[in-house]
Amino acid sequence: MLALKALQRNKLRALLTMLGIIIGVGAVITMMSIGEGSKQSIQSSLSGMGSNMITIRPSSNEPGGVRLEGGNIQNLTEVDVEALKRNAQNISAVSPMASSSGQAINGSLNWPTSIQGVSPDFFDIRKLSVQDGIVFSEEDVKKSAKVCLLGETVVDNLFNNGENPIGKIIRFNKIPFQIIGVLEAKGQSNFGQDQDDIIIAPYTTVQKRILSTIYFNNIYASAISEDASEAATEEVISILRETHRLRADEGDDFSVRTQAELIETLSSTSGMLTSLLTAVAGISLVIGGIGIMNIMYVSVTERTKEIGLRMSIGARGIDILLQFLIEAVMISVTGGLIGVFLGIGSSLLISSLLNWPVVISETSIIISFIVCAITGIFFGYYPAQKASKLDPIDALRYE
Amino acid sequence: MSNKILELQDIKREFKMGTETVHALKGISFHVEAGEFVTIMGSSGSGKTTMLNILGCLDKPSNGTYILDNINVKELNSNELARLRNTKIGFVFQAYNLLPRTTALENVELPLLYNSAISAKERKERAIKALEAVKLSNRLDHTPNQLSGGQQQRVAIARALVNEPVMILADEATGNLDTKTSYEIMSLMQDLNHQGKTIVFVTHEPDIATFSSRTITLRDGKLQNDNFNNNILSAKEALASLPVNDDD
Repeated sequence: MLALKALQRNKLRALLTMLGIIIGVGAVITMMSIGEGSKQSIQSSLSGMGSNMITIRPSSNEPGGVRLEGGNIQNLTEVDVEALKRNAQNISAVSPMASSSGQAINGSLNWPTSIQGVSPDFFDIRKLSVQDGIVFSEEDVKKSAKVCLLGETVVDNLFNNGENPIGKIIRFNKIPFQIIGVLEAKGQSNFGQDQDDIIIAPYTTVQKRILSTIYFNNIYASAISEDASEAATEEVISILRETHRLRADEGDDFSVRTQAELIETLSSTSGMLTSLLTAVAGISLVIGGIGIMNIMYVSVTERTKEIGLRMSIGARGIDILLQFLIEAVMISVTGGLIGVFLGIGSSLLISSLLNWPVVISETSIIISFIVCAITGIFFGYYPAQKASKLDPIDALRYE
Repeated sequence: MSNKILELQDIKREFKMGTETVHALKGISFHVEAGEFVTIMGSSGSGKTTMLNILGCLDKPSNGTYILDNINVKELNSNELARLRNTKIGFVFQAYNLLPRTTALENVELPLLYNSAISAKERKERAIKALEAVKLSNRLDHTPNQLSGGQQQRVAIARALVNEPVMILADEATGNLDTKTSYEIMSLMQDLNHQGKTIVFVTHEPDIATFSSRTITLRDGKLQNDNFNNNILSAKEALASLPVNDDD
């Protein structure tokens, strides 16, 4: 009450003092919102691909030796896939992948893209669905049938508006494929890739007709549950070590990564970045607090006569201390409130202008408030105490 | 039973200034009864400012006893002294000391804010009554820069009255005012005194003393004179007899 009146008497000064706090809080909230949004978006898009997904790649087993790119090493074959299907208890689906880039042609239209050769399980593992038509079957895999499904981007580039691609024949690297389905659109991935720029076909077809190889680029599997991921990974490693006939002293010539690990790595990187930015923003809160302390000292000096007067009509030391302390806290909390609104506003603005994902967490707002109050109390205490210790007689005489 | 508002017994006050000791008050005794209008006079260095601070409980004597409204201030701590100032004493200063950018009403309410026994509603009522008593009911929402010197001093007097103190303690209350306004204020003081308020007025101007009922003169820290006034002048009449100004 008294404090509010005192602040109202000099609104401009109060506002300028608050500026540090406002900017600090606004920045902290915006940083944390962007950080949280990015983290959650990464998590959900990676989970969207199947959080129990396990990715197996070939790699060099020369410890310390020259490690070649996984793409140059070929050691994953049908034998591995069969062994996994037969023996792994913790895995619910397996699909190899053999892929190639090339030119897709439909009459006079063509489009550079890539083809991924997989088994029907792939659609489960990667959570892909079909918006039109059907997925190819095990039969099609056995027969190396020349069938395929297209992503929307490929459809848009190879067919005219409105034309239904189902049943039509296109060529990929000169091999004819019949279109049996169109994939549900997935949009851009977090890493900027167009997930709809793809052709999917049976792996046998791609291996025989396009790549002429018996090897796979990778093998995907999904664990029966997220909790079973670790057990599944161990199983995969031991089964593959057997099929690859590795001796006990030889390292793995493949790598097995769970989706959970991938999410963890990306989340923690994103988390560290957010913490760093938030800490930097937090520094401006400290600066804001110093600003408050500064202004309160000036205020106390300016109002020395007023303090003397209040004491002469009956204010005790504690009354004066509380009055100035509450003024300081009011400045910091009001600044915090404005900062919160500013932070929320700028988060929403960034989200709509830049299309970055933004998640405004209540925790960040509550923490900001508490920090503001503490800042006000801490930085306001010393000036308030000085005020309360003034001698009324000297104060009244002050010019 | 005596109705002594103030009782001073051999009051001494010393200040240490570096290596020297200054004896501001060297043993002063007197008492003031309810309803008196006392002026305390003295030139600069007579100790009257120190006396004022002690009477107002802003300072404690180094020696001797000060009893205010039957309370001995010796044992009181600073919080208790503050309470005493709040409830028993009404200060009126030479420089008015009103809070700037604050209305007259809020200024008068100020002492009541430090009195937790009084509700907000009662606070406002008392403040309005006090401002009526000083004839400023039509200026409740004016801020000090919208009031003349005399009006500001009247607000200060209303503020001094609002907690219903046992005495009004005035320090050169007319020092910043012209003659006409001074007489208006003294007229108000006399009215309050006639209504029963005890007034202790510290001043160095002799013609102010003629409006009071008793004059105590200090000199070099000692009581020099203590005279009852047998010929109290009326401030109202003095006001009326002022020559009319050319620019009125």
